[in-house]
Amino acid sequence: MTEGMTESVKQQSAPAGDESRNAAPSSGLGIALAATLRRDLVLMLRYRGEVLNPLVFFALVITLFPIGISPDPELLQRIAPGLLWVAALLAALLSLDSLFRGDFDDGSLEQLLLAPQPLAALSLAKVAVHWLLTGLPLALMAPLLGVMLSLPPGSYSILSLSLALGSASLSLIGAIGAALTVGLARGGVLLSLLVLPLYIPVLIFGAGAVQAAIMGDGAGAHLAILGALLAASLALAPWGIAAALRISING
Amino acid sequence: MWAFIHKLGSPKWFYALSARLQPWFWALAAVLIVIGTLWGLAFAPADYQQGNSFRIIYIHVPAAFLAQSVFVSMAVAGLVFMVWKIKVADMAAAVMAPFGAAMTFVALFSGAVWGVPTWGTWWMWDARLTSMLILLFLYLGVIALRGSFASRHSGARAASVLAMVGVINIPVIKYSVDWWYTLHQPATFSVTSSPAMPVSMWLPLLVMVVGFYSFFIALTLMRTRNEILRRESNKRWVKELFQEAQ
Repeated sequence: MTEGMTESVKQQSAPAGDESRNAAPSSGLGIALAATLRRDLVLMLRYRGEVLNPLVFFALVITLFPIGISPDPELLQRIAPGLLWVAALLAALLSLDSLFRGDFDDGSLEQLLLAPQPLAALSLAKVAVHWLLTGLPLALMAPLLGVMLSLPPGSYSILSLSLALGSASLSLIGAIGAALTVGLARGGVLLSLLVLPLYIPVLIFGAGAVQAAIMGDGAGAHLAILGALLAASLALAPWGIAAALRISING
Repeated sequence: MWAFIHKLGSPKWFYALSARLQPWFWALAAVLIVIGTLWGLAFAPADYQQGNSFRIIYIHVPAAFLAQSVFVSMAVAGLVFMVWKIKVADMAAAVMAPFGAAMTFVALFSGAVWGVPTWGTWWMWDARLTSMLILLFLYLGVIALRGSFASRHSGARAASVLAMVGVINIPVIKYSVDWWYTLHQPATFSVTSSPAMPVSMWLPLLVMVVGFYSFFIALTLMRTRNEILRRESNKRWVKELFQEAQ
């Protein structure tokens, strides 16, 4: 009996819903994307600590290595590309846990799921903001730390470029892990276990680009592969993020 | 065809079918592994470079094959579970994960033991060793993620998504590690330089590989059956089954 009733209600309401959906699907998506972008940017900028913490962490970790290993400039120069990349990767990882956490806690993530626009697109907007306020600042800050590790002058632009390209892939891949663990009370350590193995290709080609620039081999091939990884994760990761968010909300 | 697949999705029917299949795979696995082990360890000729130490290949290679195939089968089972909501597929995926992790560990460990006489070291950052190690971490991630959800259904779906993400990434990881290794190539031995094997060496290897795969199928069937009984323990057919047994 009740099933029949809900069926008839559905049939009545379905055409209306379709009409409103078909009215302006593209503009609706554009508005929703712009709103998500603006809301996340405003939120992140209100909590400046969230933006600054990964940068401070990045600088601190880099400071530890000369103290822990050796202040010898020649040795530091040799390991600098790897150090900078690993430290930036860990800093990006550190900021991932808060990517969906706040929205999950206050319920706005559920609103995102209920929105008529595709969840994959909306989560892409959230990831874009995360990259803009984590990956990009890390990439811009890296040359400064490179100077402290006596990185050769010619490689600074490649360092920034590789980090900017690579951290976008890191944000996209990491967002899948963040979405999977957002419903868990203590997802932090689990998040790194899930995400770090998937980060390895980006690390290889990112650090490889800087290494190649130092050797004078030309970093073009490495940067091209970083771009390819970004293109692939840009195309595939949003679906994974959307599926993972649905699991975390409905579970 | 579709009717068969739908039947396969029913735990009760799968339980009955696997009861009939299981002994055959156990028998096949036992016979092949015993023959392969004896043949490989006692009768295959010693390698002219590595002597008898090469015989570890008869454990190492089948384990490495399984380490990769189990991950793929786990991801396929996850896909089937996510798309068609077939519970048996998830039970199979759940029992495959620890087995795959164990096989990856066996491959890594036997490789390390093999490394001592051939390379003179337990561990080298060889491309294949490194991607195997990453595979082990991927397995551990899937197992840990499944275990950390309070609701079994969410854990199952999360593990399926992660297995699918992992399976897309495995080739990417493999090729990037290969490239990383060729760029950093240290001047030492390589496993790949060993000469092509004569028939008397690879035939026992083939027997072992087939034996390991049958072992995997038999074990997965058995553990999936246990998982069915555990998860369906409040269903009537399971209760009737146990009353008959008593």
